[in-house]
Amino acid sequence: MRRLIIIGSGPAGYTAAIYAARAGLKPLVLAGERMGGWLTTTTEVENFPGFPEGIQGPELMERMRKQAEKFGAEVRLASATAVDLSARPFKVTTDEGAEEAEALIIATGSSSRRLGVPGEDKLWGKGVSVCATCDAAFFRGKDVIVVGGGDAAMEEATFLTNFAARVTVLVRGEALKASKPMQDRAKANPKISFEMNTEVVEILGEKRLEGARVKDIKTGEVSERRADGLFLAIGHDPNTKMFEGQLELTKGYVVIKPGSTATGVAGVFTAGDVADWKFRQAITAAGTGCMAALEAQRYLEENEA
Amino acid sequence: MALTLTAENFEKEVLKAKKPVLVDFWAPWCGPCQMLGPIIDELAEEMGDAVKIGKLNVDDGAAVASEFGIMSIPTLILFQDGAAVSQVSGLQTKAKLQDLLKKVIQA
Repeated sequence: MRRLIIIGSGPAGYTAAIYAARAGLKPLVLAGERMGGWLTTTTEVENFPGFPEGIQGPELMERMRKQAEKFGAEVRLASATAVDLSARPFKVTTDEGAEEAEALIIATGSSSRRLGVPGEDKLWGKGVSVCATCDAAFFRGKDVIVVGGGDAAMEEATFLTNFAARVTVLVRGEALKASKPMQDRAKANPKISFEMNTEVVEILGEKRLEGARVKDIKTGEVSERRADGLFLAIGHDPNTKMFEGQLELTKGYVVIKPGSTATGVAGVFTAGDVADWKFRQAITAAGTGCMAALEAQRYLEENEA
Repeated sequence: MALTLTAENFEKEVLKAKKPVLVDFWAPWCGPCQMLGPIIDELAEEMGDAVKIGKLNVDDGAAVASEFGIMSIPTLILFQDGAAVSQVSGLQTKAKLQDLLKKVIQA
């Protein structure tokens, strides 16, 4: 049995691991399939304190992992698939076997939201993508669609213009949700056009993406848009499915006590985006990771067998 | 470590291979590919001689990537007797890839 298991390996999970390992708790970090978390999909991180010249996301995460391991954290590539919080010790099922721990820190973060429309699964990776930085280069001189109206959608659309001939942004709402500078940059780009009040109802194509069927929300009129690529930027959902029925959730996020990282189950703490729909920054995730480790340490001291 | 594949050795190492070959189409500038990389390397260690596991950097092997219709990375294609028998895109768990490989090893 472990004293502490940390589920997740973004800035929240690794910071919790650094603190817990320094406290001698020898935490096990279940890194999951996204080792290093979202930051590994970004390029330059310019707002993490201590790096005035900026740092590449993957490098920052690699450094955090090394720092945690240096103090005795064990980082494993296994993914947690289920937890049992009803008895002590807590049980965590992973794809490599079962583990037990006296305390848990949940730092499972969030995943990109999918549309959930016909054709999406079939054409995933065959024109449908959630990562412009990964896949833009495959659409040189092609027409692409970006779905979404927030900052991420503006960033994806702007990045895609480096390769694509034309970028059409489909927005469900009446107005963009993106911040003004991001909107301004996208609107000033001659390759980008916008269609408001437009919802994607089906993704079209057999072997590869050919377009999308869209609905005008105001008139209900359905029409088709031709495209070679379709990039989703419609937000994120917290990864909390395995905690349903065991922890209190609101809109999928874990509910925590004010000013704390504690959940309704004593000994179970959260860190990062899994309980934060508001800030969602690397540094806030790291901050709550530190809080969770300190609270877990105190819990373990008070409940020493 | 997974085998490094290139446009030059792809035919010999993959298409003419006697055993199943799992190919990871990736690029150094792709974050999810960086996350998948260590999983692929661990898999290569664990699966031993039953299958071959290789990585093709799409920047170096653009023609190969385009031949197999790669439009998203990371994409993994499992080859058997020179033909692509299954394909998955995006991040995968090690367990899922193990399942995929076990099917072809037993067959």
